[in-house]
Formats: sequence, structure tokens, C-alpha cells
Amino acid sequence: MAAVRIPPTLRAEVGGARQLEARGETVADVLDDLVERHPALGPQLLADGELAPFVNVFVGGEDIRTLDGTDTPVRNGDSLILLPAMAGG
Amino acid sequence: MAGYRELLARVRSEIEEISTIEAHERHTAPDAPLFVDVREPDEWEEGHIPGAVYTGRGRLEQRIEGLVPDKARPLVVYCSAGSRSAFAAKALEELGYLDVVNLAAGFSDWKRNGFDVTIPRVLSTEQRARYSRHLLIPEVGEDGQQRLLDARVLLVGAGGLGSPASLYLAAAGVGKLGIVDADVVDESNLQRQIVHATDRLGEPKVLSAKRTVEALNPDVRVVPYQERLTSENVDRILGEGWDVIVDGADNFPTRYLVNDASVWHGIPVVHGSIFRFEGQVTVFAPGKGPCYRCLFPKPPPPELAPSCAEGGVLGVLPGIIGSIQANEALKLILDRGDSLAGRLLLFDALGTTLDEVVVRRDPDCPVCGEHPTITEYIDYVEFCNAVSLN
Repeated sequence: MAAVRIPPTLRAEVGGARQLEARGETVADVLDDLVERHPALGPQLLADGELAPFVNVFVGGEDIRTLDGTDTPVRNGDSLILLPAMAGG
Repeated sequence: MAGYRELLARVRSEIEEISTIEAHERHTAPDAPLFVDVREPDEWEEGHIPGAVYTGRGRLEQRIEGLVPDKARPLVVYCSAGSRSAFAAKALEELGYLDVVNLAAGFSDWKRNGFDVTIPRVLSTEQRARYSRHLLIPEVGEDGQQRLLDARVLLVGAGGLGSPASLYLAAAGVGKLGIVDADVVDESNLQRQIVHATDRLGEPKVLSAKRTVEALNPDVRVVPYQERLTSENVDRILGEGWDVIVDGADNFPTRYLVNDASVWHGIPVVHGSIFRFEGQVTVFAPGKGPCYRCLFPKPPPPELAPSCAEGGVLGVLPGIIGSIQANEALKLILDRGDSLAGRLLLFDALGTTLDEVVVRRDPDCPVCGEHPTITEYIDYVEFCNAVSLN
């Protein structure tokens, strides 16, 4: 199980939760598990079945684009952060 | 009981001394020792050895460990003729400093030899009182305060983030603040935009902010830009010369414009953004760290970007994030501490938690990468309007 931090921009899609537990061996699996249980997240996270280019995912504080992308392995107890761009000031 | 002359002679025999010529040679060497000036404040203000640090003899023992934490660092102590500094050198040795020498013939002989002298710019009596809590911090001190007074910071946005940032930068004595904002003060702003006030409703935000900031600190000159940052005016405004940009804009088009322009103008950006209970803050330092597009290569589609009025924000949140932005801007000006370049802080006001993620420079970044694909400004569609029109 990994802990996934849900950004405020996506909380409406998951019933207001700030953090969710999700299963998976890789980032792609974890996101699939989340989207399966919270289908409203789909269009916010994925484009053509791939991670959308405007969504940043961090595992253990590192951007998965600098690791193995959505193939980055996720270990039990890892923390994932979904980081959206926010413009408010 | 030894008289003064005997005491001085004994102390001088117990410490190391160097000649003016030798001190000058060591001063110009690559691994120069630190020169410590122990004269009276008025003597220092009339001129001192370049690069020297100042601490009057009276507070030497109290202050030196703050100024020079490394006791192995080579020190050359001086006064005007070598006597007061002899006692100072002795005291430093007793405090555990390992490599202390006294400039035997003092600063007057240094000047007689025609060696370089720095004449410090002096704070006024009022400034000395106003900034006294800065002057007491070794990391700021008089040199740092002068840097702040000479500094020029451009604030993009006089809203939630720009309010605390402008107030703290002004209070700190940042000498020139540019403020870019096209809006007027609205009632719905006052729940968080503390640089404005109820009697300013309808007034341009830049003028309201200018009034507040200049009332807080007359040392600060505010340059108001009552316009929206666009591809047409961004080069003119950034080209006026800024040391740091504080980005507190409220929309994506301005964020991307600020980023691209800052990369091309080589100006660091202290970036903050807020939504509901959550804030993000980081530093984008062109040439040294990532830029905004390394993190977010392009904006999200408008329908997925709830950035504006409809999202809402807890009033105190921009106070926290904007204050962190002011802190980063001050550190960049002072060249002290570790900046947030390469790190992004995520603050959650509901859980009161602070997370940190690493942001790396992307060699494929469309703006600051090795083969940039964006080489001119892009005017993105206005997100908020796009959402409301949909």
C-alpha cells in the first residue's frame, strides 16, 4: 500500500479526501487503482490512457520523470504526491 | 601593579604581530585572512581596510563568535596604531582563535602606504534605529542592510501573495519595489489582501499598495505599473532592472510570461501559488536551477485549471506563503542561507503539514533547456474567462 496525497484541486473527485491508500507495484498501477475506485479522477490524471502532461507525480519526493516515469516502482509505505500546477495568488 | 605602558609591552610580546607591508601582501593573496577592525564606529565610517569586518573593541568578545564561527580562520586584527588591537588579539587568543595576528602599525600606517581603503556608506541615525534588529544579526548587519536598501524587487500582483510580500520587503528596507497589477481594490479582496484597506475600495491596487508601503517605510520607493503583464510590456517592465521577481500572479498566462521573461532576462523568481488550503512555494533561478516550465512544461487545459475566483482561499494562507516568498527574496538579496531553488514546498493549512519535493532542471525544457523550442512570448488564452464562457 502506498499513501497518495490528493491535491486540493482533485479532492472533489475523491469525496474530499486529502490522502488515499492505493495498491500497485508501479506508479501506473497505483494510479489505475485510484482511477478504478474514483472514476472521476480519470480525465484529471490521464490523457489517452497515459499520465497527462500537466500532472506531476513524485515518489519519495522525486519527480517520476527523473526516475522511470509511470514504470517507477512503488514500495509498500511509499508516499506519492500528485502535484498540479496552481495559479492562484 | 604594571602601568599601561608595561601592560601593553607585555601583551605585545605575547602575541604575533605583522608589518603593514606583510599585511598588505596577505590581503591580496588568494587565501587572504579576515581583517577585523576593532576601532570606534566613527573611525570605521571614515574608512577601513577593504573586506574587513567591524566589531568595536568594547563588544569584541560578545560578537566575534557570531561574526567568525570558525576559530581556525586566520585573522588580522587592527586599530589605528596597533595598541587597542594588541589587547584585542590577546582576547581573541583567549577565546580560542588559533591564528590571530596584530597589524603592528595599524590602519594609519596602512593609509600612509597608500593602500586601498573602503569608505563605507553610512546608515542615518533613523535607519540605525529602524533596522537595529537587522544590524544585530551577523548574517545581515550593516553591509546586508545596505544591500537591502540598494535592492530592487519586482512584485507581480498586489493581491493575496503580493500583500504580505510587499509589506515585509518594505519593512526590511528593500529600497525599490516595482508593483505590477491592473486591478482596483474590491471588497472581496480584503479578507486576505492586507496591503489594502476598506477606504481604498475602487482605488487602483498599485496606488493603494504604494500608499501603505511608503507609510510603513519612507526609505522605500514604489514604482507602480497599473497594467496587466503582457507580451507587449514584459520586456519594458523587466528591463528596468530588478534583482528579484516575486511572482504572486493569479492566472496561468501571467505565470508563464513571468517565467519565460525571467529566463531571458536572467532574473530569479520567487514563485508562490495558493488554492483553498494549499500553497506551493519555490525559487526559479535562471542558469542555476530549474524554471517553471521544467516543472510544468505547459499550462493545464482551462477546464482543469480552477485558478481564479471560483476556487476560494483561506485568508491567512497567502499570508504564510507570501511571507515565505519575502524570506526567499531577502536571502537572495543578502546571498545568505539556502534558497528554495531546486526544492518546492507544499504547505497544507488544514493538516498544518509541510512537504518538500525535489525539482530538477530539465535538459529538454522548452525554455531553459539545451534546445529551446519556445523563443518568443506566448499569450495564452485567459483561463478564467475561458472557464466562464464555457
